[in-house]
This record gives sequence, C-alpha cells and structure tokens, in this order.
Amino acid sequence: MDDHSPLKQTPLHALHLSLGARMVPFAGYDMPVQYPAGVMKEHLHTRAAAGLFDVSHMGQIILKPKSGRIEDAALALETLVPVDVLGLAEGRQRYGLFTNDAGGILDDLMIANRGDHLFLVVNASCKDADFAHLQKHLGDTCDLTLLDDRALIALQGPHAVAVLAELWADIATMRFMDVAEAELHDVPCIISRSGYTGEDGFEISIPSASAEDVTRRILEHPDVMPIGLGARDSLRLEAGLCLYGNDIDTGTTPVEAAFEWAMQKARRTGGARPGGFPGAETILGQFADGASRRRVGLKPDGKAPVRAGAALFADAEGKTPIGAVTSGGFGPSADHPVAMGYVDIAHTTNGTQIFAEVRGKYLPMTVAALPFITPTYKR
Amino acid sequence: MLKFTDEHEWLKIEGDVATVGITAHAAEQLGDLVFVELPEAGTALDKGATAATVESVKAASDVYCPLDGEIVESNQAIVDDPSLVNSDPQGAGWFFKLKLSDPSAANALLDEAAYKELIA
Repeated sequence: MDDHSPLKQTPLHALHLSLGARMVPFAGYDMPVQYPAGVMKEHLHTRAAAGLFDVSHMGQIILKPKSGRIEDAALALETLVPVDVLGLAEGRQRYGLFTNDAGGILDDLMIANRGDHLFLVVNASCKDADFAHLQKHLGDTCDLTLLDDRALIALQGPHAVAVLAELWADIATMRFMDVAEAELHDVPCIISRSGYTGEDGFEISIPSASAEDVTRRILEHPDVMPIGLGARDSLRLEAGLCLYGNDIDTGTTPVEAAFEWAMQKARRTGGARPGGFPGAETILGQFADGASRRRVGLKPDGKAPVRAGAALFADAEGKTPIGAVTSGGFGPSADHPVAMGYVDIAHTTNGTQIFAEVRGKYLPMTVAALPFITPTYKR
Repeated sequence: MLKFTDEHEWLKIEGDVATVGITAHAAEQLGDLVFVELPEAGTALDKGATAATVESVKAASDVYCPLDGEIVESNQAIVDDPSLVNSDPQGAGWFFKLKLSDPSAANALLDEAAYKELIA
C-alpha cells in the first residue's frame, strides 16, 4: 500500500466522528480504533451485552454461475479453497481459505450459499487481490461483483439477538452460520448469524445509502455500544481467531494454522472430491503426516503481555529457538495476557512450558488450549 | 516545583528528589493500562534512558528518565493496579522517585503553561 494514497472512508465514517471515535489508518481505510469508552470497557461490554462494529472495509463479493446452476459456482470456487462448498446448503455459511500453489494462505473468508449465487466476505487488505484472483480463475464460469454499494456491520454479544428481534422477530430462529434476508427499519439487509468475537451475534450487510440510518437506530438501544478495532482485536484474540497478516499468511499452511476443521471430509484424501485446490499436494501431505510446526494458544505466566514478533524458546536462557508469537496482548475477559503463535511440533502439547523474549528477558509462557473464553455460538 | 517534559512526564520536585509520573494527556492517549514495569530502587539512570514500561490492551510504550539520577522508590500500587495511572495520573498514579544528580538541571524543563501549550 502506498502510504501517501488518501485513506478511504466507509459509509459510517461521519457516524464514527460524531460518536467521538479516535480514527486510525487500517487497510487503507480511516477506521475507529476506539470510542470515548475505551478498549477495556468496549471489550467487556461486548461480552456482557452487545457491541456494534463497522466492518464495511471488508470486501463483499457476489459469485453468480453463468449456467444458472449454483452447483457450478460451488465447484468452481472449490478449485481455489480446500473447503466443501458443494455441500453447503442454501442459507448456510462456512469459513474458508484461499490457498496458493505452495500451500500458503492467500486470505481467509466467509462463503455463503444464497440460493442463486455465492456471497463471499473477504479481508479489507486482500479484497482487490482476492477479486483479481477470482476473476482470473473463475471468470469463465461465473459473473463476479465486488460490491461497492453496501456497508457491513456486526452486532456481537449475548444481547445481540434480543436487540435485533425488536426489528425482525424471526431472527431468533436463525442458527450459528445461517444466512437470511430481512428488512430492518424497512431496509433490505443480508444477515448472517456469525462474527469474529467468540460471541453469539450477527453480521449485517446494508445498502450504503441507508447504512448510517439503520446503524444509528441500532445504537439507540441502551444495550448497544459502538466498538472500535482495538477491542475487535482483543475479542478475536481471546476467541482464538486468526488475524490475516499476523497469524496466517502466504508463509503458513492450513495444517500449520490448525485449520483441519475448516477442510471438510469431501476435500481430504479419500473424500468425494479430494484435492483439486492450489497447494493440495503439500496441504494433504501435511494433513496425513503432520506439519513441523503448529499454531497454538500461549498464556504468559506473569502479568506482562507478550506481543506479536516475540521470539519463543524451549529454555529460559534463549538458547533453543522454537518459534514466534503472531498475536499477543491483554485479554480483558480472560483477565490475563493472552497470545498465539507458531511453535515446533515437539512443543505443542497443552501445558508445555516455553519462554518468550521480551525486552531482553525470557518470560515463561504455557502452551494453552484456544479459545481463552467459552464461545457462545448458537449452534 | 512542578515541571514537565515533552515526553509527557511530570516531575514534582522537593529538594533533590523528583516524584515522576505521566501526564493526564499521556494516560488518555495510551488508553487503559494493563501492565506497568518499574525500575528498582538503587538503579542509576541517565536522562533519556528507559525507566519504565507501560502496556495498554493494545501496545507497549516506554517511559523515559527525565533527568540524570538514582531511583529511590517505585510505586508498587500501580504495578498491582495499573488502572490507577488512568484514573489519577498526576496523583496516586505516580511512577517513581528520582534523586537528582543535578537538581538545577530541572530548570531547563517545561513549566505547566509551556506544557499546556505543547499539547494544545
């Protein structure tokens, strides 16, 4: 990214400013990092009630089969992701990964079956590259549109369903990863019961022209607080969820990243449609034999947060390097520092003691199960 | 005598000992603190050396020694409860007491009016 290019704004930019947000550049956008309440209160409020996030910077892509048969779009997309897209029922969504020929991860994304098309949500920093990648490989079979006329918000937390049920009663019948269309304040929205905080919640795609109005009305509910990128990061880290560019990238494979669960049986060796995605040989090989390193949760034994980039060692003298932290900070709900990173496979068992280099000291950490909180997804 | 630095520290100087902390402006910019590491008593520090480290939910920041001197006391209360720095930065949230090598060097620091102008 050219540092001098002007920052883009989401359809909710004016709303953020009116709410007193502190704005920072993120993935080319001028985004709220926190509101006056601050990261700690925003984080805890999301887990206790409901937090509203602007995620309009993310890419929303429509993938429409030229044949009119959704199966053709699903099979086409399967050539780019190690995911069972064909088996995804209408009105359902699942997590996926774009892989490259070396088995690395180009991006992570959400894939929804919307009946006559697939609806993808991809990371802001990757959306132009993802769209070019899709055009190049699927342009013959699918019509692709990168939507530039829709905002995306997330309402996350235990009260999210009750808040939105006041606008659309049927929302309570949705299950985790269901996708539906409904009118909120007379505006047609695409709603999924999903998010990136570890909480029950929803992501809502809204036409840009109505986005500020709908969002302001949701914010009027006493249980709802606006939440910035700062708390979004600590919430997703406690939930054990990866940040693309930190925890996963082209240098990490799905098996190293512990994403076996995201590669359904149909795409594995012995499945109905094994392989057939970029890097399949490497990835399925690692699936069978294991990778030499793996992403794990890390809990610092002391109070000092251990941040991304900290080198990890098997010993307290820093003689035997075994990996590095990829995300780390303080977990306000866990009430202790939390981190994740990659370590050599011999050190991945929960409870293993390792050491992180922080300001010239070697601080003890324990390999810990992810997530650090108990998710409340309504499965 | 109350003095300030352009690194957003305050010094309350009594005789040759300065009580040092970070300003309300700095505390607000850092956000909610979750960790504080302080120098041990007896540590000799030069002006500009890293004296303490503070961490918010999001990031770590260094606190620099404002003048040459020796640490005579650190505030364990903010180690036990870092949020004190946010709630009372220029009172209970003090960081350490520094015995100044040259108390007259404090005259070169900012006074309150000059600091207010700096952050205006």
